Amino acid sequence: MTPAISLSQVRKDFGKFIALSDVTFDISDNEFFTLLGPSGCGKTTLLRLIAGFEDTSAGTIHLYGEEIENLPPDKRPVNTVFQNYALFPHMNVAQNIGFALKMLGWSTDEITSRVDEMIDMVRLGEFAHRKPSQLSGGQQQRVALARAMAPRPKVLLLDEPLSALDLKLRQQMRGELKTLQRETGITFIFVTHDQEEALSMSDRIAVMSAGKLQQIGSPNEIYEFPANRFVADFIGETNLIDASVTQVSGRRVTCKLADGETITALAHQDLQIGAAGIVSVRPESLSVTPTAPMGQSLTGTLGDAVYLGTDTQFTVHLDQSLELKVRMQNGVTDGAKLTAGDPVFVSIADGAARFLVD
Amino acid sequence: MAAGTGSGKTISATFSPVRHWLLMPSWLVIGFFLLIPVVLMLIYSFLTKEFRGGVIWDFSLAAYDQFIFDRGLFGDDPPRIEWAYISIFLRSIGQAMGATVLCLLIGFPTAYFIATRPAKTRAIWLFLVTIPYWVNLLIRTVSMKFLIRDNGPLNEAMLGLGLIDAPLQLINTNFAVQLGLFYSYLPFMVLPIYASVERYNFAFSEAAADLYAPKWTILRRIVLPIVKPGIIAGCILVFVPSLGAFLAPDLLGGAKTFMIGSLIEEQFKGNAGNWPFGAAASMILLSMVLIVLMFYARAQSRDQT
Repeated sequence: MTPAISLSQVRKDFGKFIALSDVTFDISDNEFFTLLGPSGCGKTTLLRLIAGFEDTSAGTIHLYGEEIENLPPDKRPVNTVFQNYALFPHMNVAQNIGFALKMLGWSTDEITSRVDEMIDMVRLGEFAHRKPSQLSGGQQQRVALARAMAPRPKVLLLDEPLSALDLKLRQQMRGELKTLQRETGITFIFVTHDQEEALSMSDRIAVMSAGKLQQIGSPNEIYEFPANRFVADFIGETNLIDASVTQVSGRRVTCKLADGETITALAHQDLQIGAAGIVSVRPESLSVTPTAPMGQSLTGTLGDAVYLGTDTQFTVHLDQSLELKVRMQNGVTDGAKLTAGDPVFVSIADGAARFLVD
Repeated sequence: MAAGTGSGKTISATFSPVRHWLLMPSWLVIGFFLLIPVVLMLIYSFLTKEFRGGVIWDFSLAAYDQFIFDRGLFGDDPPRIEWAYISIFLRSIGQAMGATVLCLLIGFPTAYFIATRPAKTRAIWLFLVTIPYWVNLLIRTVSMKFLIRDNGPLNEAMLGLGLIDAPLQLINTNFAVQLGLFYSYLPFMVLPIYASVERYNFAFSEAAADLYAPKWTILRRIVLPIVKPGIIAGCILVFVPSLGAFLAPDLLGGAKTFMIGSLIEEQFKGNAGNWPFGAAASMILLSMVLIVLMFYARAQSRDQT
């Protein structure tokens, strides 16, 4: 199957600033694909290269097998939902949605029926003749979506479309977007800096940082097996501890922490004894007990506890410089029995620690 | 939008004891120097003329009568329309429209160019636009007269380059007057258009391109409608003073390009004038301008809904 989008060695320079370099990957047909990264990582630039608003400095972009990087935006069968929607202020909802169809030379009847169909899809029937300024943020967002999907693009590009909405609406729209993508079968490329958004909606995620691709994978892969320190740190919360390998058995390594204690972790690649790196452990895969548990554990002193509703987050000091964040569900443990300053044992869920070379 | 929210209200309330008086200086200036003279002119236009300038305080419609009818509406003969003054009036409208179109054609690209420069260099370009205003209008118009006269530098240069065989008749033509008006009022076109293009969100253009609109269509269907208020403001700011201008027509146009501004000026200059007639012509000019502005205001309020 031809990929929907195929990027090869894509590079973008703005003067001396390298916004993107060496970006090579494919996005499959029908996929909900997310570009995730902090601001300035190049994700929006990549989206703009695919849309045609910027020219590539090097590399090629193929859309279903056809080279498109030299086509102007009005010749590319992709459409964009803009961050602040960019709805035409002098046109009403129906005119906004019908604009692309008019440009493509559809007949008036075809336009009318397609616009009606789109207005129904985003449930804006009673607002068809309103101007964008007379709509709420959520309604404008729907119009932008309907406008971009009306011409049946092969790929829909979404540039942080939910960032201007408030939390409740944002969560609701996540579900709607996902449903819309599944029902229409259009390939979505979704740009966001919000990892929760990315994890909850995507088939696959590309994590980007400083103009480079860091990792591509399903939400589960990205979360459970981060490729490097950046990904581990950016996605979710984690404890990062410097360590060196003392024993190797396949992908399972035993490593020594700075305070001399040892942890067993899974590694991405084959490692030699003595290799230096970091161990990443999610707070929720750690638990604190006042007495020594069965199996592997680390000893430390309990720091402060922060109540978070369903969870409590503890800080445990292993020695002067090392501390771990531990998150435990309330009710499961007797967190109340622990007080700051107590000596405690921290145990790691089996197979939860990761050894990262960088 | 956020009227009455916390700090905003407190700050505007700082001035509340004197707020009503803030406009007082403007009201005084406008009252004394605009309202009173206009009312005076309105009264004068209905009085009888004194032969050496000035007025006699007798009510009369003679001034308006003279403007519109040949030999008078109240004479013995059947009234006929007097075309002399009306045609001066129509010509003035034509000249002002010509100047406005010239200003728009040159001013829009200029304003668009400036508004799309990086923020730092925009101030420099705007400054350059205002430079001609450092020189008195009279001086500028006179120098244009020298430039475009039959054996002036422009004709000499074109002859020298072999573009023309004989000097072009530029001076004393309608075109010369339009050129003079255009030169006088161009910044009035550039500045309001600049202000609206500068506020224009170029994401609209990107969205239109993304939705398959070619470049010229984007300009026509997206950019122009959105910056229209600036264009209309610019056109009014050029058209209105052009309509009543007398400097450019006097200096650059001949007898054939006599305009309403010059007609009015003559009525008040020296001893040969006719004050009520000049006042009546002014009132007709003023009502024309008000009608144009009324259409503009109606179009504006229609756009807002």
